[in-house]
Amino acid sequence: MQLFNELKTLGHKHIKADKKAGEKVPSGMWIACPKCHQSFYHKDLGVYQVCPNCEYGFRITARERLKWLVDSFSEMDDSLKTTDPLKFPNYQKKLSKARVQTGLNDSVLTGMAKIEDQRLALGIMDPAFIMGSMGTITGEKITRLFERATRQKVPVVLFTSSGGARMQEGIFSLMQMAKISQAVKRHSEAGLLYITVLTDPTTGGVTASFAMQGDIILSEPRVLVGFAGKRVIEQTTHQKVPSDLQDAERVLEHGFIDAIVARKDIKKKLAWLLELHSKGSDANG
Amino acid sequence: MVSLLDKKKTAAQIVANARSEEKMSAYELIDGIFSEFMELHGDRLSDDDAAIVGGIAKFNDTPVTVIATNKGKSAEERLRTHFGCPEPSGYRKSLRLIKQAEKFGRPVITLVNTAGAYPGKSAEENGQGEAIARNLLEISSVKIPVISMIYGEGGSGGALALACGDRVWMFENSMYSVLSPEGFAAILWKDSSRADEAADVMQLTPEKLLEQHIIDGIVPESRSHKRVFKAVKKILQKELIDLEKLTSFELIEKRQQRFRQF
Repeated sequence: MQLFNELKTLGHKHIKADKKAGEKVPSGMWIACPKCHQSFYHKDLGVYQVCPNCEYGFRITARERLKWLVDSFSEMDDSLKTTDPLKFPNYQKKLSKARVQTGLNDSVLTGMAKIEDQRLALGIMDPAFIMGSMGTITGEKITRLFERATRQKVPVVLFTSSGGARMQEGIFSLMQMAKISQAVKRHSEAGLLYITVLTDPTTGGVTASFAMQGDIILSEPRVLVGFAGKRVIEQTTHQKVPSDLQDAERVLEHGFIDAIVARKDIKKKLAWLLELHSKGSDANG
Repeated sequence: MVSLLDKKKTAAQIVANARSEEKMSAYELIDGIFSEFMELHGDRLSDDDAAIVGGIAKFNDTPVTVIATNKGKSAEERLRTHFGCPEPSGYRKSLRLIKQAEKFGRPVITLVNTAGAYPGKSAEENGQGEAIARNLLEISSVKIPVISMIYGEGGSGGALALACGDRVWMFENSMYSVLSPEGFAAILWKDSSRADEAADVMQLTPEKLLEQHIIDGIVPESRSHKRVFKAVKKILQKELIDLEKLTSFELIEKRQQRFRQF
């Protein structure tokens, strides 16, 4: 009984922490960085919404990111809607709210883009759409993005941000991991470049599939990158987990990320990588 | 195929049966279905994970590669296998053996009973996500048949990493889901005690999953292990004959279509 109560208390603490995490998107005048805990006047975060002290990139919507990332963009599959396979109570309401909040039909924005004259297929996940969780439409949009990129012989760049599989769509969410993976494989077998950029947070089934399948895996600074949630690890192993266990910087040290790139430098870095890989291929679309 | 004499089980009962202590162990199942099994250890990188047992064997005189998640029987073994939750090295071992099977043109049979990939500090440090991701990526285009049987729990990406091949069958008393019902209830309702209710909503029973074409069939179970082995052998034989008729191109094409529909 005692143990049960303790667990419950721990759980409540974590729920509170989660709620706090949800409020990371700045809205007030003074913003505290969730990573280094310093406070700043909101205008100090600038156009990139980055902590001036530690370079942590605040969670931003896909459309906000798009504004400074690309030189042109034509959106794809923006009207696909989930069949709600489990007919999960209140799910439709949650989806409607997320759609209004993000201006997206589901948790990823996809389309054909240009970055400094380099053509690419671009996907940006949106952490504000039900925690960036991966549902059937997320999976379908990403799969179609890879399929089109394979047909048109262009590289894919994906910005990941996700709490993992979407619970409300049950096993169908899980199947997206396999579905996307085989589209990635076909794109890869065609000799085409795939770059992932991990943004805060990249976890669960997204980490365990397309986030970790890039030819080159980049990350923004101080991003949470992991498979299992910290709470689950602590409850399973009955051990405290170091607070930086799933920081991108530690994950890089363990060999799973190629480079950490500050948000303001990402566009230039991508343009350079795309240009470097375009030589000798017929990737002119 | 489900034995008709049984009265209809609730999802929560199926979950309890799937997790039952009386479930066959990986080794019992391997010995019952295959002959001359030789276990092959290690991922050739750093480790040998006890939660995944793999090796070569004969199935009706044909060489096959067998990979099984293993919960263990004794307390000591269960600690070693984290109750059947694989470490990244387990997934790397399984991929090594699948690639080996591809090289020598023998089919792969995976036997899955895991609550999921192990959530631990070292598992994170060693790239649990990357290990599963690589399995999904590589298995999608291997040139040999991969048949999976979920014989207990099929939990999340940790199960999918071994069940992303050409056919997936489930034992009558097994489950397959995006997360445990407890985890599901905790995330969606902040209340893990509502697991039974979650089990019902999640549609994790073999019957429901067959309706949705997530799986290809259900293995009837009975108290007699012999009878279960016989049923599994019959199914495997038929599936292998069907799959071996295909060229490797057709095989991969059909495998990808299988998942493309979701």
